[in-house]
Amino acid sequence: MGVIETATNPWGQSVPIHIEFYLMWVAAIGGLAFLMVHAIYVQFVAAKAAHSAPVSPAIEARYPEKIKRHSLVARLFHWVMSIAMFALLITAFLPRMGYPFAWVTWHWIAGLVLTASVIFHIFHASFWMDFWSIWPDKIDIEDGKRRWLRATGKSAPEPRKFAKYPMENKMYHLIIVLAGLSVILTGVFMMKRVRTPFFTRNPYLFTDFTWGMMYVLHGLAGVGLIGLIMAHVYFALRPEKFDITKSMIGGSITRDHYLDHHDPERWVVETTK
Amino acid sequence: MAIIRDIMPAFELFQPATIGDALGLLDQHGSDAWVMAGGLDTFDWLKDRIKRPKVVIDLSQVGELRGIKEVNGGLEIGATTTLTEVVRNPLVKEKFSILSTGAELAASPQIRNQGTLGGNVSQDARCWYYRGGWKCYRAGGNICFADTPTAVNREHAILHADRCVAVNPSDSAPALIALEAQMVIRNVKGERVVNAEDYFVGPAINITHMTVLQPGDLLTAIRIPATWAGAQFYYEKVRDRQVWDFPLMNVASAMVVNGGNIEKIRIAVNAAAATPLRLKAVEDAVRGQPRNTATGEMAGKLAIVGAEPLRYNGYKVPLMRNLVKRAISGVEEPKWA
Repeated sequence: MGVIETATNPWGQSVPIHIEFYLMWVAAIGGLAFLMVHAIYVQFVAAKAAHSAPVSPAIEARYPEKIKRHSLVARLFHWVMSIAMFALLITAFLPRMGYPFAWVTWHWIAGLVLTASVIFHIFHASFWMDFWSIWPDKIDIEDGKRRWLRATGKSAPEPRKFAKYPMENKMYHLIIVLAGLSVILTGVFMMKRVRTPFFTRNPYLFTDFTWGMMYVLHGLAGVGLIGLIMAHVYFALRPEKFDITKSMIGGSITRDHYLDHHDPERWVVETTK
Repeated sequence: MAIIRDIMPAFELFQPATIGDALGLLDQHGSDAWVMAGGLDTFDWLKDRIKRPKVVIDLSQVGELRGIKEVNGGLEIGATTTLTEVVRNPLVKEKFSILSTGAELAASPQIRNQGTLGGNVSQDARCWYYRGGWKCYRAGGNICFADTPTAVNREHAILHADRCVAVNPSDSAPALIALEAQMVIRNVKGERVVNAEDYFVGPAINITHMTVLQPGDLLTAIRIPATWAGAQFYYEKVRDRQVWDFPLMNVASAMVVNGGNIEKIRIAVNAAAATPLRLKAVEDAVRGQPRNTATGEMAGKLAIVGAEPLRYNGYKVPLMRNLVKRAISGVEEPKWA
């Protein structure tokens, strides 16, 4: 039982054709196991999250009750992308799970919606948002090490409060960028293999090996996204993260959450005074 | 790819004597089991060593699956009834001659003596790239070798292709659809009955299967209701070699004509797509219209809406148009006029 399925092409070459489809179950079961282990760890093992000194009432009074975290445009992007992502996962894997339906057209339509939304996001984040706020910086890496050491019972200085995005958000974003761009880039090329109104079919655009690797990468990123989306939904529903989740709907987090978890010097927001 | 032809691979052979035993074996072996009726599709696959089932379940000893009986003015035909038996049966000839015509045009006398009605409707695609053992979409791969800029695709689909462009090659299927037949499918959990047009599955839904049959399922009978008994029938098959060949296309229609107008109609074509196509739009358009050449021409044009020919099968578009035209208008004009 391998990871990649191969076939012999008309020229007698052994070429990859796609991933072995049991990997979708590996991703789903692996994702579920991670969620269960994490939930048990948080509930029974982990110490209460500790941050640096509490904020004085005077500082607290400088901030409005609601701190804006996501603009309407950013929220719309997130939800359009998530609908497209769910549509892609459903159309890709439900037929493989024994629920056949005409999935190809829906799949590439959802793929184009995802592609368009990601292109929009790249421009929006580059020119209208704080581009670097989502990428891990030196402090995140240092604090990540501190958290790990403290979680494993070793001594380390107390980690600082987060900037706009917690370290785990940044890491998740980084991984989803890699997986997302992999499925998008390979998926756009794979549209040359099916009938769409946009391209004339041309399965000879690349060599069989290149096409095969493209299908493999598309598949690996696709099954990876099963686990990633499971984790994302799980964390979004966790009580301690729910303030952040609500901000993706309403746009704001509470002042208490902001001052408890974020460093006003690393994430500067508008003050009332 | 080195294919060792004409040498049977090893498999475990079961020859059940009852439907119950056959269903038990199918349930026991699941997707490892290969159901064999007449063996005409099976032996191609096995001797070419392209399909290598662990278990072959030969239905030839199951007497319950064979024979034609009259039921409520219609017929129930056992799935392993041979095509010759269908052709020669007086009830089929008298009431549903469109089926005997279709069955008689399938293959050669020797093949019809061995081939079964159930096998004829359940046979796999005849695309030679697929049959040649290439790992195409239908074989679980990621390409259709018949739909490339240089492919030889004269026999392939002009309608409803979705990645795979193979066609369904059955000659009896359009006749059964025109007759409103129902397919009786059994497994260990029970029985289900599906309409003939729903028995076939296109590549959009399931690219590796031709029918709704799942592991454990067995097509046991085909029921033809009395609805169309004695109606006006039309069946025509066009093929490269008149002696015996798969269809380039075939058409079957059943209609009730009253006062020169088409009162009721069902029409289906095959070898135009991966599934036999019931032409509902054509049926709706011609119902109530006079049965004449003008209606036939209108129906023919309507039938080919959406056709997307490949490099070498553009001829199938006028072929389908003319077959539908003739099936609607009758045979007043000479063929190939």
